[in-house]
Parts: sequence; structure tokens; C-alpha cells
Amino acid sequence: MARLIRKRETLLFAIIVVMIAIFSTRAADFATPENLAGIFNDTSILIILALAQMTVILTKSIDLSVAANLAFTGMAIAMMNAAYPDLPLVLLILAAIVIGACLGAINGFLVWALEIPPIVVTLGTLTIYRGMAFVLSGGAWVNAHQMTPVFLSVPRTPILGLPVLGWVGIVIVLLMYVLLRYTQFGRSAYATGGNPTAAVYAGIDTGWTKFLAFVLSGALAGLASYLWVSRYAVAYVDIANGFELDSVAACVIGGISIAGGVGSVAGTVLGALFLGVIKNALPVIGISPFTQMAISGAVIILAVAFNARRERNRGRIILRDRAAAEVRTEAAA
Amino acid sequence: MNAAFQQTATDSKTGDAPAILEMRGISQIFPGVKALDNVSIALHPGTVTALIGENGAGKSTLVKILTGIYRPNEGEILVDGRPVTFASAQAAIDAGVTAIHQETVLFDELTVAENIFLGHAPRTRWRTIDWQTMNSRAKALLTALESNIDPTIRLKDLSIAQRHLVAIARALSIEARIVIMDEPTAALSRKEIDDLFRIVRGLKEQGKAILFISHKFDEVYEIADDFVVFRDGRAVGQGRLKETPQDEIVRMMVGRDVENAFPKIDVAIGGPVLEISHYSHRTEFRDISFTLRQGEILGIYGLIGAGRSELSQSLFGITRPLSGKMMLEGREITIHSPQDAIRAGIVYVPEERGRHGLALPMPIFQNMTLPSLARTSRRGFLRAAEEFALARKYAERLDLRAAALSVPVGTLSGGNQQKVVIGKWLATAPKVIILDEPTKGIDIGSKAAVHGFISELAAEGLSIIMVSSELPEIIGMSDRVLVMKEGLSAGIFERAELSPEALVRAATGNA
Amino acid sequence: MSTVSTHEKRVIPDRLGTPFRRILASWEVLLFAVAILIFIFNSLASPYFLDAWNLSDATFNFTEKAMIAFAMALLVISGEIDLSVAAIIALASTAMGAAAQLGIGTPGLVAIGIGTGLACGIFNGVLVSVLKLPSIVVTIGTMSLFRGISYIVLGDQAYGKYPADFAYFGQGYVVWVFSFEFVLFIVLAILFAILLHATNFGRQVYAIGNNDFAARFSGIPVERVKFILFLLTGVMSGVAAVCLTSRLGSTRPSIAQGWELEVVTMVVLGGISILGGSGTIGGVVIAAFVMGLVTFGLGLLNVPGIVMSIFIGLLLIITIAIPIIARRVKLMSSR
Repeated sequence: MARLIRKRETLLFAIIVVMIAIFSTRAADFATPENLAGIFNDTSILIILALAQMTVILTKSIDLSVAANLAFTGMAIAMMNAAYPDLPLVLLILAAIVIGACLGAINGFLVWALEIPPIVVTLGTLTIYRGMAFVLSGGAWVNAHQMTPVFLSVPRTPILGLPVLGWVGIVIVLLMYVLLRYTQFGRSAYATGGNPTAAVYAGIDTGWTKFLAFVLSGALAGLASYLWVSRYAVAYVDIANGFELDSVAACVIGGISIAGGVGSVAGTVLGALFLGVIKNALPVIGISPFTQMAISGAVIILAVAFNARRERNRGRIILRDRAAAEVRTEAAA
Repeated sequence: MNAAFQQTATDSKTGDAPAILEMRGISQIFPGVKALDNVSIALHPGTVTALIGENGAGKSTLVKILTGIYRPNEGEILVDGRPVTFASAQAAIDAGVTAIHQETVLFDELTVAENIFLGHAPRTRWRTIDWQTMNSRAKALLTALESNIDPTIRLKDLSIAQRHLVAIARALSIEARIVIMDEPTAALSRKEIDDLFRIVRGLKEQGKAILFISHKFDEVYEIADDFVVFRDGRAVGQGRLKETPQDEIVRMMVGRDVENAFPKIDVAIGGPVLEISHYSHRTEFRDISFTLRQGEILGIYGLIGAGRSELSQSLFGITRPLSGKMMLEGREITIHSPQDAIRAGIVYVPEERGRHGLALPMPIFQNMTLPSLARTSRRGFLRAAEEFALARKYAERLDLRAAALSVPVGTLSGGNQQKVVIGKWLATAPKVIILDEPTKGIDIGSKAAVHGFISELAAEGLSIIMVSSELPEIIGMSDRVLVMKEGLSAGIFERAELSPEALVRAATGNA
Repeated sequence: MSTVSTHEKRVIPDRLGTPFRRILASWEVLLFAVAILIFIFNSLASPYFLDAWNLSDATFNFTEKAMIAFAMALLVISGEIDLSVAAIIALASTAMGAAAQLGIGTPGLVAIGIGTGLACGIFNGVLVSVLKLPSIVVTIGTMSLFRGISYIVLGDQAYGKYPADFAYFGQGYVVWVFSFEFVLFIVLAILFAILLHATNFGRQVYAIGNNDFAARFSGIPVERVKFILFLLTGVMSGVAAVCLTSRLGSTRPSIAQGWELEVVTMVVLGGISILGGSGTIGGVVIAAFVMGLVTFGLGLLNVPGIVMSIFIGLLLIITIAIPIIARRVKLMSSR
């Protein structure tokens, strides 16, 4: 039944293709490679945050603080860049990832050591981190002219027609795919969320797995924070407001189960792209951008309904002829 | 207690090979009950040791300690003569212990191969998971178990018997030295049992120590060398099977003669109360028909995964049948929900009383009044006096042991919790009570009390359906027995026809 | 072992001793102590604190959120959650604003506000109870949908024209310093407390939250109860919308932004376990006061709103963590 998972991703892919086709009838240059690359580029940050959220959701948790993490970390490195323009960019990016990871580790620690439900923890840290962004900056903004040219230009530099920002997205997608599919951590994450009791019986440390998931989520949020403040050339307290819910939405649309243990990287990416295509298409086809929120909401509800139909507990299968057919002996390798 | 049988199993099959694993003086205490009391066992390489005991005797607790899930309160565990502490399940796995648990603890959303190799997947050169090898090795393991299950399908699409095979494959995939099998044959057909025993013998040749937990004597005598008998958390007897006749072991298990355990009262059986015709479910059972008469106890017997609980839950309205007719006292009724069932007078005492029968953190009296709130309240407002009165009435009737009616029901022993569940339903004045494994996890002493009580209920005119996998219980208590096998009916047996052989033959479908 | 028929009557007492010790150690008492401490701290920190009218103003900080929190508490006890409450406020407020533009009078506006809340509650209820969808993601979706509709209607504009007597709900006083909102808050607290603690319905809510399998197996109509709870949160959001809109005198699509998280914070701070099955209305009332005191006191010290939320976030985590840490320490020292 790995086929079933793949079926959902292909369905989502098909829907996106159809949407693009429909939109291109209203706006001639919608489906051009340049525009599509632009859409992908614009959606890269959401893709990264959605992958962060996915890892956490897989372990039967949720991280509502990703956007606040992004805001604080982004503000921190923007201020560093403004105050110390000679600091190499690599160092700043590293700092962003480390700061983000530390904030994630705080979440992870509270969930792991104190066993506080993740929704409560991240509800608290979401306001704390954003408040810390205010305290750090004193409410001031960091504007484009305060940022070094290198800081601003790197993500915009096009390579083969796609800006670096888009390439970073691609690299992260590939890394996450390898991580979740080919490493012990990936298996542990799926197991922890899929059946926590069985995971313990199988020798998996579920608390540690959740901790790592939060650290990873924070690190990705940290990386995304640099990309954000650079791309939008500004840093202030309210950046990325509401993005945590977008990241959850992208996961849900992509078929990630909120109960944990189910979901694929491809699905998450497609879920994020789905939202990205809609966001980009609305102004182009002449629908007010104010409708975006409502459309997102409707899509999430439909996606959840679709997910639930797939996940519905089929009851225990006892009748032999109703169980999965066993492989015919001739087909055995 | 027969002191003659208290010798420890000293001579192993491989001569004076020392024990791979030893437990000395192990005790495990839970609030309200001592699950294990000063237990000492030794497992030797190349030997199958049978652990025999009734439900609730402490076997599962022992398994959980050996697999690192619980830490014993007292005593020590020695591996190869050195004391070890299993700080976690992983530590036990590293020490070479693997277990096939009674209830398969696996992952529905992962594939068969992933389930088999979770935690010890084959790696490539770069330390990433090698999916190809994993799938092919999974296939090889399943083939050795004579199964054609496709390793790339997800576990949730398999039947219960197939899942059990996957659990066995998993236990075998870990290169363990100590293999624990907890009731491994519960869901298997005769042919599958033969295959399993072939594998067990192979493991013996390889020098592994096997702990085989079962209460089926014929299997134990067939496959095991040594035995340990548990009763009420204590190891009351150990020895070599070859030298010990079966009724000695039974006496050790039960502590007294078996006959007294089932105080069945002869009851005048009245007319039909419940008639089920051709009840079918989409995936769980098909074409079940029977008639239940007043004052009758109808037993439903079968292996694990035969569909008995599923049938019971359908009768109670938890799940909807696909087709079939139900007549209660001559009138046709449809049950679509538990409320319908309760209103009609059909109630269900679930097998898993903690998960399905009780809200453990809530007080005893609140659990007892839950289905009867309409009666104890006035215009929707709770009345504490009425609730306590109802709870008191049934607590006395059932001889409940508890500190107070306001303590959380989770603090009670298994037997007393069961009483609360039964009391809760008696308060609704039912006509039919469906009991699903009523004495599961209850110590021997309380079992007899529960059985006596069930007989009394029948004498008072209630009609009872009793699902059980314990032959002595089914044979001792039932007026008639419906046997189920893999979702289908395998026959209805009258009391005169009841014998262990006949029932087992029908349940496993083997001559 | 004695069989059932012949035995000495074993009398089990109804209750064990006095519940005094248990009450002292309860969350509500702990929280109340925290509230007192904050009160004292505030009165020392600012001379403006202990003024009746200032305190009355302070209540506006929490009354509207608390009304929703009561309904949310029941929902959380049953094991669900509704993150769309703030969006329902926005939609209800927008509906009222649109109606006010059409000249509809105050009674009609109130009906429309509460009616919109009810409709949204029904929508949520159908999705969760009938379609059996997980409430956390469903309400994330409806949250976007409801507020999104407000944005479609209003864009970046605002409704400002409300009839004069409409302002009573949010700005009027019943007697002396006690505002209409405060009195309404007290009345609702009493009603919800009765509903949760003294009725069959409330018992069913607890049972579902403790073990919804067992509740179902005991004949409780789980889906019906949850549906009603979503209706309640919708209606309460509508009521809060009436009060808030009346207080602000205007409507923007961004009204009550972020309130859903504050309501959940109030519920959890009040001792309701997010996992379901336990908690009291009294706890929520005290939590409302605590949050109101903290925000008001900090406001008097000119602390910016966003820094205040740091305190609220810390308060949430610390109050949840302390009992857990205490239990661990006790366990470790007893070994």
C-alpha cells in the first residue's frame, strides 16, 4: 500500500497542474518557466517551514512557535548584520541556524523532560519568542539600507534561472527526504508518532526523538529567518505573523496526519506549493488578495476531510478474503 | 503446595551449560497488588522452558521485566552470570532478549518490512537504511515462516493472524540469544503451529534459550523441555516436563482441584430472548446465527482474532452490521448505537475493562452511574445522594472491595474493577448481558467469585453471552457454545457435546 | 475466598475523610494564591492600581475572552479544541457591522451577532462530530475561512456606524463600577459552573474527556455532546463579539487577532488539562483574573503589549511545569 501514499501525492500534483493550467487561461504568462520558477522561489520559505513542521507532527507533536522563532532569529541576525557589517555571511547564517536550534531545543526540552503537551509548550513559547524579538530590537525595524549588499543579494542571485533562495529550498527538500527515509532518526520519528507504545517496546527513545524533532524544526526556522529578512529586506517584530498556521496547513494539505506517523516529504512540498500557487495566482487572475485567507481555509478543511476518509479505522480485518492478498508464489523473486 | 516440585531446573539439555539468563528473587509491586513475588528462574541455551499459569498469574509482568519495559522492585537479573539492569527496552534488546508479545505491538502505517526491522534496519555503506536488503530479508523471513505476505504492504491491511506472523518474523530478525514467546499460537491454525514449532526447534539447535508462555498443555508437552508454573505471582513449581504428569502441573496451576472452580447452578431455561439471523460485518464476521434463551449462558469460543469480540460489539451497537436480523423477545429490532442496545436491554462488559469499560481517573460511584444518569438525576441535575445510593447498592451486591466509593476506580484491583463494570450494567436492569473475557487478568480466587455471580444472574432470569478463550471456563459455565473461526461460525455445541477436543478442533479447523 | 452469597456485609464509605487536604493542594488554590500575590505586587508597584474605576477598566481586559473561555473549557475537557473562536468574533462583528450599515437596530444586531456565532459553531460541530475530523486542524481551517470571509467583505476598510444604544454592552455599567460586561461575565461563570458541575451533561463531558471509548460503551451520545459543545463556543464567541464590537465601536477584519491563543492560555492556566478529563470553571475564573491583573498591572507600568505577552507565556509554562517538577522531586527523594 505504499501505492496509496504515492497516489495521494500524484493526485495533489495533478490538482496543482490543473490549477496552473486554469490560471494560465486567464493570465497568459502564468505558466511560463520564469513565472513558475518565481512561484517556487516565493514558496521556498514556506516549504522549509512546512518540512520543519512535518518532522514535529510526525512525532505526534506540533510546533506553533516556528514563526515566532523565525521573527526573533531574523531580527537577531539582521541586527548583527547592521551593527557588524564585516561579519562574513556564512557566519551569520550559521548563527541563525544555531539560534533557531536553541529556541527549538527549549521547546524540545519542555516536551521531553517535563512531558508538557507540545501544544501548550509552543503556545507559550510563541508569545515569549515574539516578545523577545521586541525586547531585542526595542521595537525598531532593521531596514534594507542597514543591511550589507552581500546579505541582501545572495538569495536573489539567479543560478540557471532560479534564484539561490529557490535552490536552498531544493537542497533542503532533498536533505529532509534523505533524513526521513534513510536514517534511524527518520524511522524513529515515524514510529514515535505512529504507535508510541510499540516504539518504546522496539527500543526507541520516544522522548529523545521528539526533542530532536523540535531542535531540527528550530534550526530550519533559523535558516528560514535569514532567507526571509534578506528576501523581504526588512526585519521587524511582526514578520511571518501567522506563518505557523500556514506551515500546519501545508502539511495537512500534503497528507500529513495530525495524529502523527503518516506523511511524506513530497506531500508536504506539494502542500506548500499548492498554497504558493494560489497565493501567486490570485492577483494575477484578478481576484482580490483578500480572498486568499478564505480559500486557504476552505482548502484545509477539504484536505482534512480527504485525509480522514483515508485514515478511517477499517476495524480489525478478520475475514481472510478481506485481508490483503498474499503475493502469488510465482511472483516471488 | 507440593514441595516435591519446587526443585530448580538444574540439568539442561546441553549438559552443564550454564544459564544464559537468570532471575533471582524478582518482585514487582503495583498499587494494590503484588504482581510478582520472589520469583527465581533460569533459562538455559538450547532449551525451551514453558511458563505455565492462569491469566493474572504474573506471566505478562515477567515478560515486561525481561524486555526492559518494567524495572523490578526487588531482585536481580543475570545474563551469563553477570548482573544486569535493563534501563530501557533497548538495553534488553542489546543484551540479546527478544519477545513476541501476546498483543501484537506494531505499526499500522508502516510496511511489513519496516515493522520487522524497526530499530535494527540493515544499513548501506553510508549508514543510511538499505531498503532493498530490508525488503528482501523480510521476504526471506516470511518465506521461512511459510507465508507469502508481501513485505511492502502496510500492516493495517493484514488480518490478525497475518500480523501475528509479522510479529514472529520481527522477533526472529533480531539476532537474539533469548527468545520469549507469549501465547504465540493463540491466533494460529494447526499448520501454522507446526511451522512455528519447526522454527522453535531450529532456534534450539542454534543454542538459543526460549521461554514459551502458554496455558495449552498439549503444545507445552510437544515443544518444551522444562517448565515453570506461576500462580498468583509466585513460581510454585519447576521441573522437567518428561518427568511430570499433566495433572500435577494442573494442580500447581490452580492450587486445588479444577472441579470447584466453576460453581454452575442448574437453571431452568426459558423461551428464546434473542434471535440472531445471518449477522454479517464487512470485514469482521459473516453469517452468524444463534438463539439465546432466558436463563441460558451461551459461550462463544474461538482463537484470538476469530471475531468474537467484534460480533459482541456489533450486537451492542458499537459497530453496524452489514446485514442480518435481530429479534428481541419476538420483536424485530435494529441496534445502531449503544444507546439503542441499552434501551433494548442488551449490555456489554468489554474485554478491555480499562480501555473500554471504565474511566479510570473518575470515582467508582461516577463510573457506576454513568449509563443510569437519567434515573439518578432530576431534570438533568445530578443528585449525589441518589448516585451514592445506587453505587452502594451494587457495591454490596457484588461484594466490592474499595476504600470508599469516591476513590478513582483505577486504584482497584482487576477483579474489583470488573465488579464495577458489571454493577454499572446491572443498574440498568438488562435482559441480556454480553461478557467479553470476564475473568481476564483476574486472580484465581476472584475468578470463582465472578463465575458464581454469573451463575446467579442466570438463575435470576438474565440471559448471558460469554466470550472466552479459556476452555475450562467455557466448558464449565456454558449451556451451549458457539465456536467461531476467522469470522465464520464453526458450529453450535450443546452442553452434552462439550469437550476440549471438540471445541479446539472446531476453532482451529483441524482434524 | 468468600463467594458472593454468604458474607458479612462489607460497608464501603461514600467518601474518605475530609477533602480538606486535597482541596488545599489543588490547582485552583495555588492559582488563587498567585492571584493574590500579583494583586499585592501591583498595588505596591503603582499608585494607580487600587482605584475602583481603574480596576473596573481592568476587567475589560479579560471579560470578553473569559466568556469564550468558559465554553472552551468544556470543549477542552471533552478532549477537543476550537482555534477558530477569534475568527468567529471577526465574522460576527463583520455581520453586525454590515447590518448596522443597513440601519438595523440594536436588538437585531445582537441577534445577528449571536446568530453568526451559532452558525459558525454548527459548521465546526458538523465537521468534527458528524464527519469525525480532528478538531485541531479543522478549526485551523475554519479559522482561516471565517476571518477570510471577513476580509472578503471588508478588505482593509472598517465599519464604524453603530447605533448609539449599541454601545451599552461594551461600555455601559449596571451599577456603580460594575460594567455590563463584568456582570455578564459573573452570570455566565455561574451558569457554566452549574452546567459543568451539577448536571448530567457536565458529567457526560467529563466522562468523554476521561475515556471516550468507555463513555461511548456506556451509552453516552459522544458525537451529540461534542456537537453541542461546539455550538456553545460558537455562541459564546458571538456574545463576545457583541461586547467587543460595542466596546470598540468599530469593526475591522483584524479584530481580536490572536485571541484564540489567549483563550486557550486562560483555559490551561485555569487548570484544565489540555488532554481532557479534568478542570473546573472556578479555575478559569481565577485564571481570567490573573491574566487581567497581569496585563493591567503591566499596562500601568507602561510595559508594551507585546512584552506583556512574554509574561503570559512564561506564566503558562511555569504554572504547568511547577507541579510536574514538584512531583519529580518528591519521587526522587522518596527513593
